[in-house]
Amino acid sequence: MSAVEDVVTEAPAVEAVPKRSMTLGYGTSLVVLAALILTPLFVKNFIIFQMTQILYFGLAVLALNILTGGSGQFSLGQSAFYAVGAYTSAILMEHVGMNYALTLPVAGAICFGFGFLFGQPALRLSGVYLALATFALAVAMPQLLKLGYFEHWTGGVQGLVVTKPDAPFGLPMSQDMWLYYFTLAITIAIYIFSVNLLKSRSGRAFMAIRDNEIAASAMGVDVALYKTLAFGVSAGITGVAGGLGAIAVQFVAPDSFTITLAIQLFLGMVVGGVGWLPGSIVGAAFIIFVPNIAEGISKGLSGAVFGVLLFLVIFLVPHGARQVAIVAQQLIGKLKKT
Amino acid sequence: MELFINQVLAGIATGAIYACMALAVVMIYQAIDHLNFAQGEMAMFSTFISWQLMQWGVPYWWAFLLTLALSFAGGIAIERLLFRPLAKAPILTNVAGFIALFAIINSVAGLTWDFTIKQYPTPFGSSPFLGSQLISTHQAGMIGVTVGLLILLYLFFQFTRIGLAMRAAASVPESARLVGINTSWMIALGWGMAAAIGSIAGMLIAPVVFLEPNMMGGVLIYGFAAAVLGGLTSPLGAVVGGFLVGVFENLAGTYIPGVGNELKLPIALALIITVLVVKPAGLFGRPIVKRV
Amino acid sequence: MTAMLNVKDLRAYYGQVQALHGLEFALNEGSLTTLLGANGAGKTTTLRAICNMVRSTGAIEFDGAPLTGRSTENIVRLGIAHVPQGRGTFTTMTVEENLQLGAITRKDKAGVVSDIERMYDHFPVLKERHTQQAGTLSGGEQQMLAVARALMLRPRLMLLDEPSFGLAPLIVRDLFKILGKINREDKVTILVVEQNAQLALELADQAYVIETGRIVMSGNAKEIANNEDVRKSYLGY
Repeated sequence: MSAVEDVVTEAPAVEAVPKRSMTLGYGTSLVVLAALILTPLFVKNFIIFQMTQILYFGLAVLALNILTGGSGQFSLGQSAFYAVGAYTSAILMEHVGMNYALTLPVAGAICFGFGFLFGQPALRLSGVYLALATFALAVAMPQLLKLGYFEHWTGGVQGLVVTKPDAPFGLPMSQDMWLYYFTLAITIAIYIFSVNLLKSRSGRAFMAIRDNEIAASAMGVDVALYKTLAFGVSAGITGVAGGLGAIAVQFVAPDSFTITLAIQLFLGMVVGGVGWLPGSIVGAAFIIFVPNIAEGISKGLSGAVFGVLLFLVIFLVPHGARQVAIVAQQLIGKLKKT
Repeated sequence: MELFINQVLAGIATGAIYACMALAVVMIYQAIDHLNFAQGEMAMFSTFISWQLMQWGVPYWWAFLLTLALSFAGGIAIERLLFRPLAKAPILTNVAGFIALFAIINSVAGLTWDFTIKQYPTPFGSSPFLGSQLISTHQAGMIGVTVGLLILLYLFFQFTRIGLAMRAAASVPESARLVGINTSWMIALGWGMAAAIGSIAGMLIAPVVFLEPNMMGGVLIYGFAAAVLGGLTSPLGAVVGGFLVGVFENLAGTYIPGVGNELKLPIALALIITVLVVKPAGLFGRPIVKRV
Repeated sequence: MTAMLNVKDLRAYYGQVQALHGLEFALNEGSLTTLLGANGAGKTTTLRAICNMVRSTGAIEFDGAPLTGRSTENIVRLGIAHVPQGRGTFTTMTVEENLQLGAITRKDKAGVVSDIERMYDHFPVLKERHTQQAGTLSGGEQQMLAVARALMLRPRLMLLDEPSFGLAPLIVRDLFKILGKINREDKVTILVVEQNAQLALELADQAYVIETGRIVMSGNAKEIANNEDVRKSYLGY
């Protein structure tokens, strides 16, 4: 070891978000909820499908947000957890014949365990090193899923086709609409769980670690436990999102879960605003719609258009949708006064 | 035993590619403390420019030098236009910026030069090197250029005023400003140099992997891995890391059963992570002591 | 005689918090002035405001030309050297490289080489350690290195931020002796910020006392040192 060391007071990797601003106000929440419940009644099936997509991608972004915005750890490997969740649901439904709704808690639990275990070696890594480790996981996952050894279960390169569930109790709604409300219910449940988690003792421990790890451990926070716990929770939620995704798309295959997916989730978090949970939905909408919009503007240059749009977003609002929300709130406040 | 030596040699030959790329990664990391995810695409774009110049009839070495200069200027321009405004933005926003840059460059290159694979010339020839089937003269040349580049960089940073100023700006920016160094331009210079080094890497790699817009995808991942393994603060570490990763990759492919081409990359990455868990600063990096 | 540095109505801010509330003071060419005050009074902020390292308003003139709007590095290039709190050592570089960095804006190579030798005369310990990495030096040695690095600029004005901080009393005395010598022999105007008021007043010829961002007292250093009331209420010794 060299005698000279760089001594730094490390700025937190993620800017601190005051706890209260991590969520929406009561009134706003109700308005958003009403919009989410009512919109499907007036739009076409394809749009309902896209809204379902936004919800489960939103869940996956939310999971990353708990990890990064909450505990300050990076992950480029969320696609791996997502894949495990999706495959768990698909295999249980198709090979075991389990009810689709029951597969989701299993997917969540398996991913929680997986994330918790992965968090152990990741403990010693931070910043770019953790990014590289999680990145490696994301790169390895499609290859592992293709392995001939598991082919009986995973279907190898071909993947697995998943049956789409009908609405239960003879409810008069299309499969798409049922799946949307099913996903919405789960999303709301997980959102409420996440908000409460971040408000709890554990949530405070996450944020203490995010803001200053050394100070947190000096205050008696079990840094190792909470860091791995954050990984576990994040992976678990991502797993549920993956399961929902498998049911909605009716198909799982190794190449749906490449590093591109992990990068999309990451972008979703940045666009939504790191650490701002409601932003996860905005971020998910961005990663689903903006590539389509880019394609619409120019087929040959869709990548470039996407890049330019992304640059515009981060130039104009470097803190993502959270910043827009804060500005909007101030504007409304001013309007009320006058 | 002979198989082992052969695989090590072949690993060193591919390692030269990674080493070159890792050098560019370290250059930018030194200047701005970020991994530039668009580095590979910038190198690919530079390589296309040199190819275009040669198509227009410019001789190899002139095209090489011209590309070097253009890349240097391009790197500075990207920093000034796109990333200087983000200097105070959160880290993750910067990463999103790199991804955006990646998408733009890849897409523009695809539209300009399409996605078909193109032959790219080598100045070193491609006959067997010293009678060995495993290393061609091109690969030997590549190793030579990488090592030469490393020495040049070392001399630049140790013995020139600008080199000293760049090091100062990277290690303690505030003190650097207090001795009159324009740290903002030092960052731009770092971008320019990284882009130029990247272009060299691209032009050396292109004869091996062929020229196309996605040629750098895999290479950059190995380049990152090599840089992280060697220690992100050390150019020497980057080069050694590059060769090590190349050797790792080849040996894993040969000796671990069930590892085909598909699993080479994950295995190499897993090995690197294992190294990092044991020695987080990398092999040659400076340990960083944190305080509250 | 007009002042070399003239500060008028200086206000400085950290985010929403105002740290200086209309500071006024002036330094004469060749003087050695000390700025005294308790923790948090705004001493460091004043020095940082002169070098535009903190957001501020008001007028700061150096040789009659305003410094407002100039970047830190441009202000330094005018011949204002700043030895920051915590010394700002380039820890991973050698002692000699640290000295070279001090002179990085100078074009006269021969002058730089002879100045490095001069610094080694002032601070022999630095010569002994010139190939060592600066981070391996002791606190006192690093402080000497910081002063030497600042002098390598051949500054006309030198700003020192608590040079005595964390040093043993004997070393502080040595350091202050050298500062006095630099001021007399090299004609460098010096502004030193100190908590160690007693020592600073012995050294300086002018003194200002600052409290919560305002100048509350100014005058001849000897007079301030002899004024019982001031000593008790502001300087605490």
